[in-house]
Amino acid sequence: MARARRGARASRAGAIPYLYLAPAIALFCFFVAVPIGYTVYLSLRRAKFSGLGLGKGSRKEIFVGLDNYRAAISDGEFWASWVRVLGYAIGVLVLMLGLALVFALLLDSATVRFGRFSRIAIFLPYAVPAVVATLLWGFLYLPSLSPIHDLLEAVGITGVDLLGPGTVVFSMANIAIWGGTGFNMLVLYTQLRSISRDYYEAARIDGASEWAIALRIKVPMLVPAIVLTTVFSIIATIQVFSEPVTLRPITNALSSTWSPLMKVYRDAFVTGDLYSAAATSIVIAVISLIPSLGFLRLVRRRAFGEDV
Amino acid sequence: MRTKRLTIVMSALLVGALAAGCTSGEGEATPQETGPVDLTFWTWAPNMDKIAEVWNQAHPNIHVTVSKQAGGDESAAKFLTAAKAGNAPDLMQAEYQMLPSFVAAEAVADIKADVSAIKGEFSDGIWGLVTLGTDAVYGVPQDSGPMMLYYRTDLFTQYGVTVPKTWDEYAAAARAVHAKDKSVYLGGFSSKDPGWFAGLSQQAGGQWWSIAGDAWKVGINDTATKKVANYWGGLANEGVVDTQAQWTPEWNAALNDGKLLSWASAVWAPGVLSSNAPNGKGKWAIAPLPQWSASEQFSGFWGGSSIAVAAGSKHRKAAAEFTAWLNTDAKALDLLIKEAAVYPAAKKGQSLLTQAPDYFSNQSDFWKVATTVSSTARGFTFGPNVNVAYSAYKDAFDKAVQSKSSFTDALTTVHETTVADMKKSGFKLAS
Repeated sequence: MARARRGARASRAGAIPYLYLAPAIALFCFFVAVPIGYTVYLSLRRAKFSGLGLGKGSRKEIFVGLDNYRAAISDGEFWASWVRVLGYAIGVLVLMLGLALVFALLLDSATVRFGRFSRIAIFLPYAVPAVVATLLWGFLYLPSLSPIHDLLEAVGITGVDLLGPGTVVFSMANIAIWGGTGFNMLVLYTQLRSISRDYYEAARIDGASEWAIALRIKVPMLVPAIVLTTVFSIIATIQVFSEPVTLRPITNALSSTWSPLMKVYRDAFVTGDLYSAAATSIVIAVISLIPSLGFLRLVRRRAFGEDV
Repeated sequence: MRTKRLTIVMSALLVGALAAGCTSGEGEATPQETGPVDLTFWTWAPNMDKIAEVWNQAHPNIHVTVSKQAGGDESAAKFLTAAKAGNAPDLMQAEYQMLPSFVAAEAVADIKADVSAIKGEFSDGIWGLVTLGTDAVYGVPQDSGPMMLYYRTDLFTQYGVTVPKTWDEYAAAARAVHAKDKSVYLGGFSSKDPGWFAGLSQQAGGQWWSIAGDAWKVGINDTATKKVANYWGGLANEGVVDTQAQWTPEWNAALNDGKLLSWASAVWAPGVLSSNAPNGKGKWAIAPLPQWSASEQFSGFWGGSSIAVAAGSKHRKAAAEFTAWLNTDAKALDLLIKEAAVYPAAKKGQSLLTQAPDYFSNQSDFWKVATTVSSTARGFTFGPNVNVAYSAYKDAFDKAVQSKSSFTDALTTVHETTVADMKKSGFKLAS
């Protein structure tokens, strides 16, 4: 008897945390688990037509196992899009995070002027939605409208096509860097402000220059924030979508499958093949996880002092 | 980062959609044939709400609510998604080339029983676009887009060009104009407009799809279309036609500033020209398209749409009644012309066109020329995966334009992509 009652009380206490968790769990189920489950379900199916496919009942949805995955993985264009995006991502990551770090260190240095204004000015592009930013820059890249072309001509460079096959990647990277630097700078800058000023004072007493303080103290202490911004940026850049899709109508140099996500969009919403799109998006999710997890693993011990 | 923010926005939208779904679910009543019915109508024609209002005044039992759409491929995708989710509108503006894929997805209803009486209002060619050559009727034709040559009269005189009667003359004129001024072109090739290329192929006699018994025949790389591709490929690689992406601010500027002297376009072009090239008002005129042989007289169609009834509609009969009225009633046609700037598909609608568009005030016989051209236009059957073909066209011809490679190879790519997709989907193909 007594034992049973204690058991009941324990289980009642045990239920309370779940009650608190219930809203989060419900939201997670509705907005994460169920959509992912449905995507997996769709990815195993396909529409099958018979004859002309026009009469009633000529369209059936059938189970095809892993066929869609096989098709996604064996599509050469899909891997070519990964190569394009990786090249783009490396360029964007290095430049964007490099700039963010430089700006954060500059803003944090003792001799900065107009710090508040600069901070806001650098951050502001992040508030512009990617599509708007791309339209804006896209118009700037068009020869007859662009002051960039006028400037280039003024210094004697003519005939530059900023939307040509060799240049459009850089034009796109420029948009991503313009839009993303501010956010990353802010994360790094916030972390810098939380470092105790005592370290710098001690360093100065020891005769360290501002350079040495930045390189020997600030950067090492920033590593966790740098890791965080890198992981987020890796995920965001390999999922590049808005920039190429928005630029595509004004250039002949971007195909409908330029980036892996664009292929998903094309399959789902242009050619109406939701099933292939579902399979491809699962493949993309898995591939995106690899560099992010890999990078985290690589730096985990150094950044967070955890054991691997 | 942005992805995260997107997730939040999407979640919020989903919550909203769910809430909306719940409320509309509760209010649902069993279908009644007597009481007033509400119909929703997706269209991108301007001022359609005003035209629906005229109908609503006269028909208290059938109320039509217009929901303005963006048009183009996005609207088609949106409609298919809505149909799949079970919340499609009752009536949908469907471009002719999209209708077969709507039918294949079982998203539109066969309204033959309700509209077969109005068959005679349309030419056989147009009516074929809504029957797809079958016994069913999947929509009522609203407008059509016969193609003709739009040209700048003043600049043709300035550059010493006469209106080309054949494509050979057009090519010669293109070379002559570009030789006189490197920044000026007679016209352009658009790798962004598969519908434009389809229209030119129709003019040449191409048959991209056809039905042979219970099987599809695909002829995207047939002799006629190859001729068209080869012709434009030659001019593009020679550099005497403009190959920049069309429908961009850059292209608008070229039209507006007289850098493009002509545009092979459809009957709806006056609307585009008046908003994108306002400087050219009163300086443009129309003529029939150049011909492949001096002795023939043909045109093709670029665009045009029908109004279809969704398969999921609870009020199919009422919806069919509305679409029949909208596209054949004399008063409705008059409103379509005046309010929505539509070139009506109905035969009697064309006689209602009297006054030339404002932009063409210099050409009093505008509609006479257009009607003549329209009677020479020939179309072809559209297949069930036009979206795949059109998407492949943009990719293949973008690339061909960019790398100055063979246009016939690009056409073969489009053909093969389309056939492979049809095979994968299980459609029966005639060998």
